[in-house]
Amino acid sequence: MAEEIRSGRGYLAERGWRSWAYTMDHKRIGVMYLYTTIAFFFVGGIFALLLRLELLSPQAMYFSNHTYNVFFTLHGAMMIFLFVIPAIPSGLGNFFIPLHIGARDVAFPRINLASYWVFVAGFLVVIGSLVSPMDTGWTFYTPYSAKTGAAVTTLSLGIFLIGMSSILTGLNFIVTIHKLRAPGMTWHRMPLFIWGMYATSIIQVVATPVVGVTFLLLAMERIFGVAFFDPAKGGDPVLFQHFFWFYSHPVVYVMILPAMGIISEVIPVFSRKPIFGYNAIAYSSLAIAFLGFLVWGHHMFTSAMSPLANAIFSFMTFFVAVPTAVKVFNWIATLYKGSITFEAPMLYALTFIFLFAVGGLTGPFLGALATDVQLHDTYFVVAHFHYTMMGGTVMGFFAGLHYWFPKMTGKMLNEKVARVAWALVFIGFNVAFFTMFIAGVRGMPRRYAEYLPKFHVENVISTIGAAILAAGIAVMFWNFLQGLRKGTPAPGNPWRALTLEWKTPPVPITENFHEIPVVTDWPYGYGKVEGPPA
Amino acid sequence: MDNILAFGAASDQAGRVDGLFVMITVIGGFFFFLTQGMLIYFAVKYRRRLPGRDNETPAITGSPLLEFLWILIPSIVVVVIFYYGWRVYTDQRIPVAGATEVYVNARQWMYEIKYPDGRTAINEIRVPAGRPVKFILSASDVLHGFYLPDFRVKMDMIPGRVTTLWVQPERPGSYQIYCTVYCGTGHSNMLARLIVMPQGDYAEWVEHGGGEGGEHEPLAVRGERVAKNAGCLSCHAVGGAEKVGPGWKGLFGSNVPLEGGKTATADEEYLRESIVDPGAKVVKGFPNVMPTYKTTLSKEDIDAVVEYLKTLK
Repeated sequence: MAEEIRSGRGYLAERGWRSWAYTMDHKRIGVMYLYTTIAFFFVGGIFALLLRLELLSPQAMYFSNHTYNVFFTLHGAMMIFLFVIPAIPSGLGNFFIPLHIGARDVAFPRINLASYWVFVAGFLVVIGSLVSPMDTGWTFYTPYSAKTGAAVTTLSLGIFLIGMSSILTGLNFIVTIHKLRAPGMTWHRMPLFIWGMYATSIIQVVATPVVGVTFLLLAMERIFGVAFFDPAKGGDPVLFQHFFWFYSHPVVYVMILPAMGIISEVIPVFSRKPIFGYNAIAYSSLAIAFLGFLVWGHHMFTSAMSPLANAIFSFMTFFVAVPTAVKVFNWIATLYKGSITFEAPMLYALTFIFLFAVGGLTGPFLGALATDVQLHDTYFVVAHFHYTMMGGTVMGFFAGLHYWFPKMTGKMLNEKVARVAWALVFIGFNVAFFTMFIAGVRGMPRRYAEYLPKFHVENVISTIGAAILAAGIAVMFWNFLQGLRKGTPAPGNPWRALTLEWKTPPVPITENFHEIPVVTDWPYGYGKVEGPPA
Repeated sequence: MDNILAFGAASDQAGRVDGLFVMITVIGGFFFFLTQGMLIYFAVKYRRRLPGRDNETPAITGSPLLEFLWILIPSIVVVVIFYYGWRVYTDQRIPVAGATEVYVNARQWMYEIKYPDGRTAINEIRVPAGRPVKFILSASDVLHGFYLPDFRVKMDMIPGRVTTLWVQPERPGSYQIYCTVYCGTGHSNMLARLIVMPQGDYAEWVEHGGGEGGEHEPLAVRGERVAKNAGCLSCHAVGGAEKVGPGWKGLFGSNVPLEGGKTATADEEYLRESIVDPGAKVVKGFPNVMPTYKTTLSKEDIDAVVEYLKTLK
């Protein structure tokens, strides 16, 4: 520990691969998760660019239809299971939950390390499945997934392991948040990032076992011929869809709630204003987590469910919109009469609100029965999904990376380069994905390797946007690398934020705090002048 | 027939879907410009002008009134949108009397079309304008989709089940059909057309033996033959006194009381299920003794028997 303080390298002082592979320090495990998930973000992104390249032409140009189908499957499966789900919870969450609540580590450091290695085992199995790459789409719908010759069993085993890692992490976080808060940190003094992570962890623990069991059933069907889903033997393919979406709908909230937590941290810091409506933001996370379990059927409005079931799922779906809208209103109200600066974390946070609003407000088209029957399985859905997940979650992730980069590395980033990257990302994203709304309304179905010539213009524009977006992301990560190599040393609290992680040395020591802080107030006491009675 | 934001609807129902689309666009647009307008306005107006003056922001921490309003107003708005979405959808799904029926079976990667009079075709459906059309959808291998963008409707085609879809084409024309549920390598080439003909032309086309079917045995005739050969009529009466099983006369479309107090509507899916899995829904007052015909009758035979049942009014 003396060495950590003397060198100023904090938790990074120890070197050598063993110091990482066997570490039980939540910060190092978080960093390993970040490197791993970001690597898969790049792999998934390269698949996306290959898809966009092929779609420059209405006919097959560079790849066969089968290859295209493999690419969109791998793009979806890797982005969802290996990047978007774990990146914020397991990466940033692992690093910052104990720091945020004033703990020395998570409740079960050994399980935490185990969760990382189970995750590694999972992605190795996923990579192993590439010997016969899967072409079912990331949704694994039966009977196709039960019949195709591709390595569906292997890939689903890999995702089973990744799910197990996700459960271990969620369990660890729930116990940590319950038991290890610093003295004085009541539930209502917790940072909102913690509320978001708490809601996320509950979903992970409750929903993930269902997808694990579903993939086991699918594997039994493929290996032993037990026909759970094969109609020829008395199974039901629609049952698979129910099982799959019972997990995969709640899991979109595993993706978005942590990002919303980051936004709730960044907005007050850069507005120098207390967060507006703390309780509303905190409890809306729990409301979203709860309601998220009751709406999976909205993925299946054309899957021969009864009109009554469709109506009930549609009705419930609309009510997820309310707690989500409440968060957006509160963030915007936080800006009111603030003293706002626009460093990179804030730019991405505001971008999150903007893009997520587009994603959110295109939701009612898909929640309403009649318009969903029109738009389901078209590019409209692809656009909506990417506005919420890329425009939402990934922008939140970028906000978090820029916000916490000084704390994780002890270095500052080049702000000018970060802004250039942001501008490219913002423009490229909208060019790439807004066009897809138009293609979808005009009737272009998703998962089409070839398309009718009348959709050519939209697809070319979309590909141009994707190239700009990729350039922006490349500049951003080049900036991260430059920051790591030769960034100026960061002060302990460059953003003058009030949450506990900024009370540690520039690079936190392994035990996080020399002395566990005693909490006497909430972490949003920015600004001093009393306003009019609220 | 392009349809950027509600143009080129091919039926009145599609026009109503477009109405809903425009309504959601207007409401969503209003909230988008309201919230993002405020975001940009606040960001510009309250940007930090003088360094070091940021300890003078007011300590506003919330407003119960605002929280109440922005929970209440979105709740009302979403209920309204839900209601219209549900109404338009329900009207789409109500069976239309006197519809022209077309059987469509999907397989990798084509649509097999069958008309009740025995004609068949591949990837091309012809129907008369101005009359309702009912598509009776099934699939042989994996999931497929049946998407008619000009009519703003789609339905999944599911192996082992029958699903249905109604449209009422108003204008003659040629309309695109897409497969929308991913079904393998040929998914994006699985296209078909719905050709809506003026009623006179359609009658002439039927007269001149349209389609490709050679034998032209009407489906209902085939169904009667199958029902006799398969022994159905030993237990099911087609008129007169009931036998061991429920009678068939007037069965199609009726409400059937079941053991356990529920009722079921005798539609295509109910009849198909009763043939392949007779124990699933047992009619009240009848013994559960019928064997399954799942392996005895082909899918085409079952379609034919159902078509035959429809003629027993």
